[in-house]
Amino acid sequence: MPSASTAAAVADTPQRLRGKAAVQQYIGKKMSGAEIFLHALEAEDARVVFGHPGGAVIHVYDEMARVQPNFKHVLVRHEQGGTHAAEGYAKATGEVGTVLVTSGPGATNTVTGIADAFMDSVPIVVFTGQVPLPLIGNDAFQETDTLGVTRSITKHNYLVRAPEDIPRIVHEAYHLARTGRPGPVVVDLPKDVLMAEGVFRFNEAIRMRGYSVPHECDEVRLRRAVRMIESSQRPLLYVGGGVINANACEALTEFARHMNIPVTTSLHGLGAFPEDDPLSLGMLGMHGMWWANQAVQHADLIIAVGARFDDRVTGMVDRWAPHAAIIHIEIDKSCISKNIYADLAFNADARAVLEELRPLVRPRKVKRWLNKIRDWRKECPLSYADDGELRPQFVLERLRAKTGGNAVAITDVGQNQMWAAQYLKFTQPRSHITSGGLGTMGFSLPAALGAGLGLRAYGIDKTVISINGDGGFMMNAQELAVAAAHGVPLKVVIMNNNFLGMVRQWQELFHENRFSHTDLTDTNPDFVQLARASRCAAFRAERPDQVEDVIDQAWAVDDRPAVMEFRVVKEEMVFPMVPAGKSSDEMITSRHAPETFV
Amino acid sequence: MNQDTLTLTPQQLIRKRAAGEPVEPGAPPQIHQRIINVLLENSMGALIRVVNMFSARGFNLDSVAVGVTDDPTISRLCIVTSGNERVISQILRQLNRLVDTIQVDDVTGADFVERELCIIKVRCRGAKRAEVLQVNEIFRGRVVDVTPDVLALEIVGPTRKVDAFVNLMRPHGIDEIARSGRVAMQRAPQPEHGPEHD
Ligand SMILES: Cc1ncc(C[n+]2csc(CCOP(=O)(O)OP(=O)(O)O)c2C)c(N)n1
Ligand SMILES: [Mg+2]
Repeated sequence: MPSASTAAAVADTPQRLRGKAAVQQYIGKKMSGAEIFLHALEAEDARVVFGHPGGAVIHVYDEMARVQPNFKHVLVRHEQGGTHAAEGYAKATGEVGTVLVTSGPGATNTVTGIADAFMDSVPIVVFTGQVPLPLIGNDAFQETDTLGVTRSITKHNYLVRAPEDIPRIVHEAYHLARTGRPGPVVVDLPKDVLMAEGVFRFNEAIRMRGYSVPHECDEVRLRRAVRMIESSQRPLLYVGGGVINANACEALTEFARHMNIPVTTSLHGLGAFPEDDPLSLGMLGMHGMWWANQAVQHADLIIAVGARFDDRVTGMVDRWAPHAAIIHIEIDKSCISKNIYADLAFNADARAVLEELRPLVRPRKVKRWLNKIRDWRKECPLSYADDGELRPQFVLERLRAKTGGNAVAITDVGQNQMWAAQYLKFTQPRSHITSGGLGTMGFSLPAALGAGLGLRAYGIDKTVISINGDGGFMMNAQELAVAAAHGVPLKVVIMNNNFLGMVRQWQELFHENRFSHTDLTDTNPDFVQLARASRCAAFRAERPDQVEDVIDQAWAVDDRPAVMEFRVVKEEMVFPMVPAGKSSDEMITSRHAPETFV
Repeated sequence: MNQDTLTLTPQQLIRKRAAGEPVEPGAPPQIHQRIINVLLENSMGALIRVVNMFSARGFNLDSVAVGVTDDPTISRLCIVTSGNERVISQILRQLNRLVDTIQVDDVTGADFVERELCIIKVRCRGAKRAEVLQVNEIFRGRVVDVTPDVLALEIVGPTRKVDAFVNLMRPHGIDEIARSGRVAMQRAPQPEHGPEHD
């Protein structure tokens, strides 16, 4: 139901206060829709816009040259790269990412990034040009039904019909993207609306009667939670990316330590709780820690916070956590009891609930439970061969040693992603960014570009590392030149196993070694040359003893991206593993022991 | 299946019951029909978003009736759908999640009035015609068009009444049929003697 309080609260966000100051001089003035649009972006305190021009938005680009708005425009080389860059910007800074593209192919090229942001709750707003209103529906040149195409992969989408509507719609779009469960919003801008004149007004308040941010956290629920927690013998916190989105990591850490409850995180939860804390179990799920999955299967209470029980977490859902009562703290009500029934649910902001709950619960005495987990840890630790061959896990350990965890690692999809999740040992929120829900190869490089520029725009000095497979790197390699053009000193890792490694792993395990179309040995480019041709520094290591040196050289580059190609063993596998559709009890722990390890 | 059921933990039983999934081996799935009223921003996009959500998420959509309310900026949808507890709760939550939905009510459990309108063209002449008109009379239908060969009848009522009428007309030969889909409204709470229910 509509709530009056949202309207007031929204108007005074820090972003809006800064934004209003920036556009003060334009309020009440007559100008083109295109210029109104630029000021509407300034009013949201958008600092970087990832865009690509074309006919439908040419007037916006024209006004950009004339008006010189206060944001930085970054010309990406493919609109998909633009959307991932906006995601990286959003994930690294916690602010809304912005994309501007033309109609038709410009818009359709953004679709993968929008779908990715939708699955992973990333706040981005994508502005797409559109053919003039009177031509819509006529199969005009570069016309696509962008609203139709993006309807099921956006939190909401808009078609703008008049220049005066632009500030309101832009404001609503950023508000929707940022609040509640974050997500992508698309705003379709017809060319004639951008060309027409109108008066610029600063949109003061949000009036959306169908949208409000829930806060179901009452006495009764809190008391029930206290009873459930205090009566549990084997409690476990299962933490997802929602905790990071809610800026609730500190509250979570205090909560867990105060109550002495061990913490396991999903892929997106990595960094929400420091992995060097004795209570941390690391990641759970398909390629999670064996002991974390054991803890799940034996827990009698799971407190899920900002997590959605994805099938990569639960495996066969009917057999997941068979003994655990579930408390679910989650901002998106549709995630509650979707895959796993929640015995008690707080449909509310994670930080608020954790902070209210903590003083009510006495610390748990769960020594036996923690000891049990410690034993599991010893039973099946992470390991890889130390035989003189170059293995990706070793590279990751060296990278971790170099940064001490004080860096943002943005991973692609595949084996490289899972090894990074296992070996980088995250201790800070927003230090791990990846494409989890959609699993989009080609995510890392453009997302790292966006993260680097975002951190720079907010004055945060952190190294950004992009971790790629040789397959995924090629999917958005064009953005390397963009990173170079803007002097973003990304550390770009290519784990070159000359294979679509993760598919190769499945082919070996489940398809009798038929490596159908996954061997890239003869088709990969020379990555060092490719990087140099894109105006980047580039280095290569083929043996373990070269790794340290390559990393040091790359870290010495500070004015452009440094690409490191590591020629790693192609047969290396990611273990442990819950085969798709199997129960979390049924982890495979090595290629020689595919039988159930319990 | 049998074995699984025997080894279900108490917690797994709770989950199955909550989802409305059968616990006993061989028990039929507990699928119920539901009537959901939605108040929605009155725009084309909003309506499409609702319908699209049903198809994108694989929910059943038995019927939808739409019309504007007394407030011209708000339209009202009456959705008939079906599923087990888990599915229905997902449908309600996914509906609520849409930015354009203002209010979502599952009226199924409540005391509600429900109507559907049906216009049906029946092929009949001579004695047959009298028979059709008699049934129409019993169902309080109205004749809305007449030709020597065809009667067009309008019937209004709860869906099961419309179904019964359509079934009775079938042997005569139905030329054409148009049904509105259900609309439903919760009754106002009545102190003591309420009006008769149909
Ligand atoms: C766009 C896209 N296409 C296909 C896939 C399926 N897929 C998942 S992992 C993978 C292999 C990735 O190979 P590479 O980038 O070399 O990484 P590696 O697993 O070898 O580390 C593929 C093809 C995907 N996730 N995304
Ligand atoms: Mg590879």
